[in-house]
Amino acid sequence: MLGDIVTIVRDNWLLLLVGQFPAGPLGGLVATLILSVLSIVLAFPVGMLIALARLSKSPFLLWPSTVLVYVARGVPLLMLIFWVYFAVPLLLGNRIPGFLAMLITLVIYEGCFLSEIIRGGIVALGRGQMEAARSLGHSYMGAMAWVILPQALYNMIPSILSQFVSTIKETTLGYVINVPELTFAANQINNQLLTQPFQVFFILAIIYFIVCWSLTRVAVLIERRISNKRSGRGGTVSEATVRALTAEP
Amino acid sequence: MEGFDLSAILGNPEYAALIRHGLWFTFIVFIGSWLLAMSLGIVLLVLRQIPGPIADRLVGAYVSYHRNVPTLVQLMLWYFGVSALLPTALQFWLSDHNGGVIFAVIALGLVQAAYFSEDMRSGLRSIPAGQGEAAKALGHGHVSAMRYVMMPQAIRNALPALINHTVSLFKNSSLAMAIGVAELTHAVQEVQNLSFRVFEAYTIATVLYLAISLVLMAIGAALQARAARKGGR
Repeated sequence: MLGDIVTIVRDNWLLLLVGQFPAGPLGGLVATLILSVLSIVLAFPVGMLIALARLSKSPFLLWPSTVLVYVARGVPLLMLIFWVYFAVPLLLGNRIPGFLAMLITLVIYEGCFLSEIIRGGIVALGRGQMEAARSLGHSYMGAMAWVILPQALYNMIPSILSQFVSTIKETTLGYVINVPELTFAANQINNQLLTQPFQVFFILAIIYFIVCWSLTRVAVLIERRISNKRSGRGGTVSEATVRALTAEP
Repeated sequence: MEGFDLSAILGNPEYAALIRHGLWFTFIVFIGSWLLAMSLGIVLLVLRQIPGPIADRLVGAYVSYHRNVPTLVQLMLWYFGVSALLPTALQFWLSDHNGGVIFAVIALGLVQAAYFSEDMRSGLRSIPAGQGEAAKALGHGHVSAMRYVMMPQAIRNALPALINHTVSLFKNSSLAMAIGVAELTHAVQEVQNLSFRVFEAYTIATVLYLAISLVLMAIGAALQARAARKGGR
């Protein structure tokens, strides 16, 4: 069993890494990571806009954004992928590539989830910050941009990172619309070998595990650092170290 | 493209039957995997209470594996991988008896158990240790202190997370279509292929998913309100 796994990895590592790249479209782990990074980077401004709309008092902003967030929370991602991949091209008149369909869907979907994180971060900051900034002469948007968001976003770094891990896991659904990424590559290998499905999918699971677990660890470390800093210990690390060093044995 | 006409699908007995059938399979997968996830989640939670590092590490590894590997990959690993390791007679029996549904319930249930057990564990950790000590001082044993003092409070604190994860389990039941389970998403794909009415088919499925998710969220909100009332006493 272990021998089979080593052999499969040795024979197919390039396909798992970049798909059929020089000869065909870029795929494999690299495509998974590119898709995930692009999705989260593009979803961030979308999430910010939705969060601000959800916090605004105008019903024209509040209602559509609330409906959008509830649709994203209540409808399976797979269903949204089908809308973008099969239904929207009928309106536009021509098909769109699977990669683009997946990217658009993930930007909308992740944008909605990020907006909830951002909104939570802004609400958690408390109203005093906004009131103080307004009383110092900032406009609402000015206070948001210079006082609220810098603090809220800093506190949200760990949540955003774990949303990035979710995005990596969600790119696997691209397999259903034939996006060449890691899961697709593993299925190609499985279709060639036919006899060792367990070994192939076990390798696939392990690769995802290594990538996502490492990123989760990074998120936990950053979270610890931020909460140390917030509780005032991080800022005075040197002080604590100095005390430890100078203490009598 | 014809005009948008839902009755073209809902009025057609063949399509309506496909969708009803799909909805039924979605429920089976959802309820089955929820029950598996909740019972296994409780077992994992209890195992973690065993003193010493071994049980803690093992459960930690289980949770970490299931949280960091995509659900779709776990479904494939079970349906294509594990099934190939089974004896041939069992493989035939499974393919005759909706093996896809069974593997979907197992895979989704095992993944969700990791989330449920972590939700309940963080609920339990938020209860001050003094509660357990007070319960023991009043003559409760460990098990009965857990049962009557700690767990009711822990579950109350864990409710929002448990509800969120229940809704996401319901949504994830759609992934079972990738291993050939004829659930709702699979059914509308079939209706769409047969009728060429893409918008109508997807609208019906989207509305159904959204309605059920909202009902689950509403039940969750009602449970939370009830727990808050009880906790306030």
